[in-house]
Amino acid sequence: MRLVAREHASPWRTPGAVAAAVILTFLITAGPIRGSGASPVTAYRRFLFTPLTSSYSLYEVLLTATPLLFTGLAVAVAFRAGYFNIGAEGQFLAGAMGATVPGIHLADVPAGLALPLALAAGAVAGLGWAFLPAWLKRAAGIDEVVTTLLLNPVALLLLQGLLNGPWRNPTSGFPDSETFGPGYRMPAMLGDRVHAGLLIAVVLIAATVVVMTFTPLGLRIKAAGQSPDAARFSGIDVTRVQWTSALASGAIAGLAGACQVLGVQHQLTGSIAQGHGYTGIVVATLGALSAIGVLFVGMLLGLIGVGSQNASLVLQIPPQMGQLVTAVLLLTVVSCLAMRQYRLVRRRPPGAAES
Amino acid sequence: MNISLVAVLAATLTIATPLVFGALGAILGERAGVLNLGIEGTMYAGAFVGFYAADRSGSAWVGLGAAIVAGAAAGALMGLLTVSIGVNQHVAGIGTTLGLVAACDYTNRVLYSSGTQVRVPKFTRLLADIDIVGQYALTWIALLVLAPFVWWVMRDTGAGLRLRAVGENPEAADVAGISVATTRYVALICGGMLMAIGGAFLTLALLGSFTIDIVSGRGWVCIALVIFGRWGVWPTVAGALLFGVADALQLQLAITPEFGDVPNELLIAVPYLVVIAALVIWGRGIRYPGAYLRPYRRA
Repeated sequence: MRLVAREHASPWRTPGAVAAAVILTFLITAGPIRGSGASPVTAYRRFLFTPLTSSYSLYEVLLTATPLLFTGLAVAVAFRAGYFNIGAEGQFLAGAMGATVPGIHLADVPAGLALPLALAAGAVAGLGWAFLPAWLKRAAGIDEVVTTLLLNPVALLLLQGLLNGPWRNPTSGFPDSETFGPGYRMPAMLGDRVHAGLLIAVVLIAATVVVMTFTPLGLRIKAAGQSPDAARFSGIDVTRVQWTSALASGAIAGLAGACQVLGVQHQLTGSIAQGHGYTGIVVATLGALSAIGVLFVGMLLGLIGVGSQNASLVLQIPPQMGQLVTAVLLLTVVSCLAMRQYRLVRRRPPGAAES
Repeated sequence: MNISLVAVLAATLTIATPLVFGALGAILGERAGVLNLGIEGTMYAGAFVGFYAADRSGSAWVGLGAAIVAGAAAGALMGLLTVSIGVNQHVAGIGTTLGLVAACDYTNRVLYSSGTQVRVPKFTRLLADIDIVGQYALTWIALLVLAPFVWWVMRDTGAGLRLRAVGENPEAADVAGISVATTRYVALICGGMLMAIGGAFLTLALLGSFTIDIVSGRGWVCIALVIFGRWGVWPTVAGALLFGVADALQLQLAITPEFGDVPNELLIAVPYLVVIAALVIWGRGIRYPGAYLRPYRRA
């Protein structure tokens, strides 16, 4: 069997490829679900439909999707410019730590000032964590994939070191920070768990759409990512565009971490490290690196996240099934999309008659 | 301050072992033109499958064998994605890592739900009475057998020449009658086996058990070491030893009273930063393999 390029384009190829990927994902994950003693059909009903049936669980979906919208957008902004920032995880953790600094050391700042201060601290921390790889890429041409990846475990270790050392809770003795000052609570919206971070994420997504569609900067970013040589030839400073995107990406990922501690935990704990940064790569890729795509895929993965928690409570399927479904969906979708310009042909034995 | 030089050197060799296996596996794929970011997940799968098979069979050697099979499967998956289907290599690798880590954690929860730590039979150090020489067999295999062997294969054999040709100029290799797809599959499968051995070393030699996040970025370190070593076997092994020295030193510092106040985690982070620093000093202006990150299709 071999692949042959299709002669004709068909408008059905893309939705067909995605549908095939979804079916493949179901088939591949059915085995492990059976292995835990549950029925795959029941499990998928839990993953995809149960969270939509009550307003409480709908709000949980929005809450779970919030950090993914940020990290997905962060990764998309960088990838779009051809800068492979795989360090959103570290930048997310840096943002959470950055927001914690005023949260516990300036606990008495009044509410109107506290939130902007903590959000800015988070964005700056994320940007700072992205700065070193971006600068090394710009100044010395050092591969950003490696440096951003290596800084992820470093950020996690820094977080654990701070929680076990200077930020250890003096009253409980646990490796959690103290609770933030009262001014550092993100206002709630839609029920009492969804917080204003969702609003910030949606505004950032809308702003990204505007920048990418209507501004020269957006055009330069797209050109730098799609065809760096052509972009350079037409006078675009590709290195500088990638540098800008890299720092913006870090700041957005940092905001994600800040919103997560300010809106959900109200203190810094080790459980902040849930791999949201890595999931952001999935969100950005499945969202075709577009801001609108990030919005849809972020919501979908939020749905699967809540559904897998639900399934773990009710059906005793380990909650890691959520991550497994996400990873398999990523691989099947990119595979099916790559296959769509080909068709599979069974190799004719040499000399056989045309059929 | 009193640091035992012998202890540092002995620990250096032990710490470098999984990195030598992983990095040599990564070199095979990258020299053939495929960056395998599935390495972190492949090492994780090697660690978990090795642990599970050792637990079921009661033999660390059976565990090692099972890990090698798992690594070959992970390499074949990477080949399917990047060679046959032609997916972006960064995305395929990250997806493979995320999928393998999730699959192992999931299986771990299904099989070992009680939460008590299960101990499995582990390898013992050979000549354990002699300070530096007392290492695991896998350490000597990595440094004295595998590294020279890979170096020799790359430099002096037809297979090595074909591998490099496919990674430098697949069009020319194809015209010369070398199958680009087969060569890349073989490179990725052999590379996956080596990565999985590196992961299994963590569970079957060092720990004798399995814990969540046991690989903790060592796969990413291997990718960095390969660039640091410019795809050469000996410079990459030297990089692994450099990481080993940094890690062994921080382990010694952690138990010296003068450093008692420094949070342990910050010391653990030092070797990662040493690798980044090494990249900055020696990793500038390097020439990548010609077909790095490029899928190949006949025009």
